[in-house]
Amino acid sequence: MNPTPFWRRYARILGADPAADVQDELTFHLQAKIDDLVVQGWSPAAARQEAERQFGDFRAVQRIGVRIGESMERRKRLQDYWTDSVQDVRYTFRTLRRDPGFTAISILILALAIGANIAVFSVVNTLLLRPLPFTESSQLVWIAPKPTACGLSCATYSADAYEEFRERSRVYQGVTGYMAFTTPDNMRLTGRGEPEPATSFEVVGDFFQVLGVQPAMGRLFTQEESRGPHPIALLSNAYWRRQFASDPAIVGKAVELNGTPITIVGVLPDSFDFGAVFSPGAKVDLFTPLDLNLEHDWGNIVTFIGRLKPGATLAQALDDADRVAPSMYFNVKYPDTLGRYKGDLIPVSLKDYVTGKLRRSLIALWCAVGAILLIAGVNLSNLLLARAVARAKEFAVRGALGASRGRIVRQLLMESLVLSSAGAVLGLGLAMMLIAWLAHQGSVALPLLSSLRIDGQAIGWTVLVAFFTAIIFGLLPGLRIASGNLQEMLKDSGPGAGLGRKHERVRAALVIFEVALACVLLVSAGLLLRSFMKVLDVDLGFQPERAASIKVDYDDTAPNYEASEAKRGEIFQQIIARVSALPGVEAAGISDYLPLGPNREWDTPVPQGKIFQPGELPDPLVYVITPGFVRAMGIHLRGRDFTWSDGPGSERVVLINASAARVYWPGEDAVGKILMRDKEEDHVVGVVDDVHEETVEGGTGSQIYYPATQQGPSGAQLVIRTSLPPATLASSVLRALRELNPKQPSAEFRPIQTIVDRAVSPRRFFMLLVAAFAGLGLLLAALGIYGVISYSVTQQAQAIGIRMALGASVGHVRRRVLAGTLRLAIAGLALGTFLAFAVSQLISSLLFATSFWDLPTYLGMAIALLFVAAASGYIPARRASGVNPMEVLRSH
Amino acid sequence: MDTAKLEFFRGTLDVLILKSLAWGPLHGYAITNLIRRQSDEALLLEEGTLYPALWRLENKGLLDAEWGLSENNRKAKFYRLNADGRRQLRHEVRTWEAYAAAVAKVLGATQPPVPEEIA
Repeated sequence: MNPTPFWRRYARILGADPAADVQDELTFHLQAKIDDLVVQGWSPAAARQEAERQFGDFRAVQRIGVRIGESMERRKRLQDYWTDSVQDVRYTFRTLRRDPGFTAISILILALAIGANIAVFSVVNTLLLRPLPFTESSQLVWIAPKPTACGLSCATYSADAYEEFRERSRVYQGVTGYMAFTTPDNMRLTGRGEPEPATSFEVVGDFFQVLGVQPAMGRLFTQEESRGPHPIALLSNAYWRRQFASDPAIVGKAVELNGTPITIVGVLPDSFDFGAVFSPGAKVDLFTPLDLNLEHDWGNIVTFIGRLKPGATLAQALDDADRVAPSMYFNVKYPDTLGRYKGDLIPVSLKDYVTGKLRRSLIALWCAVGAILLIAGVNLSNLLLARAVARAKEFAVRGALGASRGRIVRQLLMESLVLSSAGAVLGLGLAMMLIAWLAHQGSVALPLLSSLRIDGQAIGWTVLVAFFTAIIFGLLPGLRIASGNLQEMLKDSGPGAGLGRKHERVRAALVIFEVALACVLLVSAGLLLRSFMKVLDVDLGFQPERAASIKVDYDDTAPNYEASEAKRGEIFQQIIARVSALPGVEAAGISDYLPLGPNREWDTPVPQGKIFQPGELPDPLVYVITPGFVRAMGIHLRGRDFTWSDGPGSERVVLINASAARVYWPGEDAVGKILMRDKEEDHVVGVVDDVHEETVEGGTGSQIYYPATQQGPSGAQLVIRTSLPPATLASSVLRALRELNPKQPSAEFRPIQTIVDRAVSPRRFFMLLVAAFAGLGLLLAALGIYGVISYSVTQQAQAIGIRMALGASVGHVRRRVLAGTLRLAIAGLALGTFLAFAVSQLISSLLFATSFWDLPTYLGMAIALLFVAAASGYIPARRASGVNPMEVLRSH
Repeated sequence: MDTAKLEFFRGTLDVLILKSLAWGPLHGYAITNLIRRQSDEALLLEEGTLYPALWRLENKGLLDAEWGLSENNRKAKFYRLNADGRRQLRHEVRTWEAYAAAVAKVLGATQPPVPEEIA
């Protein structure tokens, strides 16, 4: 073969051209053939024809050639790129190893920022983005009236209404529900050693079918099983594992619940967590079928959950509900209750019902970590810029040796990519720990928290974030280096060199930007913290400190209502006498419901002798209590408490709250007045303060208290007030209850404060997270300030040395450096205050009794920031004043 | 025998190309000539079909290609067997010989096979 002709040597200068190569090769073939044929005596024209005939389909072959050629070319380019990249990576590792301090700091900063982002993404993804853990969950709707002041009773429906709605609605594949008035530990599991408390929910027969939940073992309930008594139960997976040691043969076995034998028909799958969706923070142990026949006279007790037919919309569902509502009775026995639910059947998607309230908080949280990422990116950008100046000579040499600017930018981007990947891996680890911890925060009343985990989507997000970060913090230094004059850099870029000063301006701008972002975070966190403190300051109407409650088991079965009331009164009196006698107990009393939990209303009492328009009077929330409860709870009372002589036979008495008194007898004293319920006269013997019945932050409505000796309570919560820490009394109270009633389960002895804590836990949760992120932002901003000041001190060492040689004092030098620091901080502060002012308006709906321009918050932020800035400027300032003039002058 | 009817199936063409290059680098036209002459004009291929086969082999990494000048000073693409190509050639020759021998045995049989013994 002859040597490569000269034109081929340069063929690649203009890039490869597979099409031309194929053309050349095939043309050569034909030409050679023609030459041969001509030698054999063919005429040139005939020879060309013959050559083409023997060759076959020229164009087809050419097409194949171009295709194969292009694919080879692509592969080659990829290979080249890969080889270059491998080189870059190897070079990057070498550079980073040479500077372990820088590498460690950057990876740590990135890990914190990326970790926070992954963790929050997982929370947002679980609570907001991911569908609920049910099949076709977008079809599921929650049907409830508009929120009102009468609690759960106004958010639920009667059994008759349920039957009618289910019967007549046309847009649903199924309508189901559960009994809303369930309190924790409402059951007693007996027959297996000590009685154990258990939480059981009553559900409509097809509850699990409508949600699309398949049993892990056994079967589900049927719709028929919610008509008439059926002693059967389904176990939650967690309870089956905990209480029954994952007994594989549990189905068909009988257990004893509240003394009644019940057959277990199945176990629910691990993936189904009732509490996580419908009752955040609660653990639910078992499910029994709700007996709709029995519940007809119990008023509003059932929640509605529907599964829409495929393609049906919420608007159609609303129209359908409006059509059905007029034919729904509250109770078919009372014709005048027909149409009571008109306008009160509003379907919303189940997802919205569960997490809709959290959307704003979550988005705020997401923005906060986004800001953290930006601050970290700016910080890294700054560090890299500082390094880039220091490495200017290295790049200049590489440039002189033939590396293109693109290649140098690529090299810098590769460095940031390696750093951010390392940060992402570490951050993923941090996020996993954080998520694992969050998932086990049972005391935080947030839905779906237990299903938190790092999944494929979170990892995808991590990759995206790492890449994005690498670009934002790598590109700026890269471009600045590339735009600089490489030759200029080759010359000694000493102090005061033009390029260095330009870099410094960019770096100062970056620091001002990150300080401003930190400001915004600090103000947001401060406002949320102020709101949280305001929430804690809310007068709840009762004193949670030093009070505790325990669920009490009692048996008041008797042949008739009066006998039952008398028996119950006796039991309660005994319990309270016994518990009150315990050392440290100041007061004790029983109520069936506690504040900040489930509640209910019964009917609409009317003040005697007054006429009101229908709908004008409230349906007060009902509490059935014993003497002593008001004092034990720390509720302020005017008038008299119930006494044990307010018995079944004596005059009917009630307590009402201040709100109710204002409605019934405005401007008058309610004590001594009479409330009418049909023909029954209730004498108001006292007025109590309004108690926050549902939320700490919301308002309060009308409340009415009946004595447990005159009305039937649904359960009993014993509340004691003590002079000792409540926990110390747990065992003696339980022992006293056991002595009176051996069946008393070892129910949880809950300080009332935990009930309040639980109610404010979502706010605390968000406040703490935002505060943590603000702290992180402040730390990063401090690092940024430190980096810039420290670098400029190093750069100006000579100038400082000269100044000191000329007689500048240590204090003077320090003041100069600190002044430079504070200039940056104040510029950042000014920009940040402006930004914070805009941003805080966006989060004003998350605030409680706090204005978005709350002055103390802004002042606190400014002071904290200036203090941190001064602290991070002090170290370089000390170093500057420690400069030895002689040494500096000698070394330059 | 009618030479025109001896058609190539893909595998055969590949092994013939590899074999032609065993003696040294050649351009496509020289390969067609070599195959024709070596087979005593018995194997006539439609010349166009040679090139896709060559490019496939190059793409698979069995051949290296380089541009050079032909005998009469035209630019031509020369193909050369590399180490992988040589290994492939040895392998395909063995396969081909085994195949041909087996076919020959069947075709050359003079009597039906002895019935298999039932164990």
